[in-house]
Amino acid sequence: MPTTSDGRPGLTASQTVGPYLAIGLTWEHGEEAVDPGTPGAVTVSGTLYDGEGVPIPDGMVEIWQAHPDGRFHHPDDPRGVAEAPPGFRGFARAQTVDGGRWSVLTLVPGAVPGPDGTTQAPHLDVSVFARGLLDRVVTRVYFPEHAGVAGPGGHAEDRVLAAVPEHRRHTLVAQQVDGGYRFDIRLQGENETVFFDI
Amino acid sequence: MTTDHPAQAAPGPASGLVLPQYERPAGVHPPLDSPDYGSTGLRHPKEPLVLLPHLLTEVTGPVLGDGRVTKDDADLTQWDGGEALGQRIVVRGRVLDSDGRAVPDTLVEIWQANAGGRYRHLRDQWPAPLDPHFNGVGRVVTDSLGRYEFTTIKPGAYPWKNHHNAWRPAHIHFSLFGRAFTQRLVTQMYFEDDPLFFQDPIFNSIPDEKARQGLVSRFDYEATQPEWALAFSWDIVLRGSGATYFETEDVDADDE
Repeated sequence: MPTTSDGRPGLTASQTVGPYLAIGLTWEHGEEAVDPGTPGAVTVSGTLYDGEGVPIPDGMVEIWQAHPDGRFHHPDDPRGVAEAPPGFRGFARAQTVDGGRWSVLTLVPGAVPGPDGTTQAPHLDVSVFARGLLDRVVTRVYFPEHAGVAGPGGHAEDRVLAAVPEHRRHTLVAQQVDGGYRFDIRLQGENETVFFDI
Repeated sequence: MTTDHPAQAAPGPASGLVLPQYERPAGVHPPLDSPDYGSTGLRHPKEPLVLLPHLLTEVTGPVLGDGRVTKDDADLTQWDGGEALGQRIVVRGRVLDSDGRAVPDTLVEIWQANAGGRYRHLRDQWPAPLDPHFNGVGRVVTDSLGRYEFTTIKPGAYPWKNHHNAWRPAHIHFSLFGRAFTQRLVTQMYFEDDPLFFQDPIFNSIPDEKARQGLVSRFDYEATQPEWALAFSWDIVLRGSGATYFETEDVDADDE
């Protein structure tokens, strides 16, 4: 294990997930952040595209998010560890299939405290993995019904959105469709999705 | 916690809530645009990345563990009623963060080619045999000291089409969650002295020589199991605390 100049263990570098991720990363019901049939369950789905607009059929999308009340089942939330609603896990992974489609089932999260007394609008944190991606790329899904909300929980007050150039913010907002939301991810090119340095 | 805690000045903590902050690796991970690895060409973002502070969603993460894993998932050498062919090996190590702290109770997922270099996947059609008793997938949860251990067979090298006569060095894919969304890592473990390193654009995409060598496991004679299996050790280091953030702390540090 290499160490850095100040003696800390050196970080392990990322490598691509490769074309055969389905062997190792397939879970039964992995695409369900919440059990099917749970009241309020919605589908968030979309297509993963490359720089020529060609769908990517061998990628993977993972989501992580707050509960519908904006809390987390996690010891590092200083508000305390919150029990998840029944059947809710807050995490899902979906492989992209032919046509580049991916889909997860979840509950719309609640608003989450942000910096300096602000509130973050409800959002999903998203990791995208694929052959040709040497490290994951990270984005966020926001929801269209919170776009016009003034004050806490609306897009206008969200500091993460505010840091994104205005003309690109629309790439982070899902579209309402039957049964849920559509969120296409464009790794490159026209309307390239905003990705974050995490 | 007061609102004038120095943590508030850092680009991460939520208001009134002091959150752990994670270091931001510089020069460790491969650039997404790595022209020698052809598939990066149309798959790397060209717009600048936007800085994401480490807020609540980023410092939390899924608690995954025992529910996803059975004891048999640590042994890849027995599948479908028989024993896999190839050199039986133990792969073991610790999952740490860059502060040197163990990362316990975290899910480690692996997948790999068989001894002949063939993956059990529809899209892998090169003419090496499938092994009827090897499916190439393993899962464990780290123990209280962050340790993990698999029994598997040494994967073979295999050809791919990135460049003329391209071969991937033998490797095992690893996927880790850590305790926070920020720590999520997918990587590959390699073996010492692989003669194929020189021409592999994936291994060589890591710019720093030390970081590159950090993906190479060490033959571990001590861990070898007599008359049973060779052993390789490999520690995995996830992001620890953001050093810069802690340097800015002063008298109020006791608040934590």
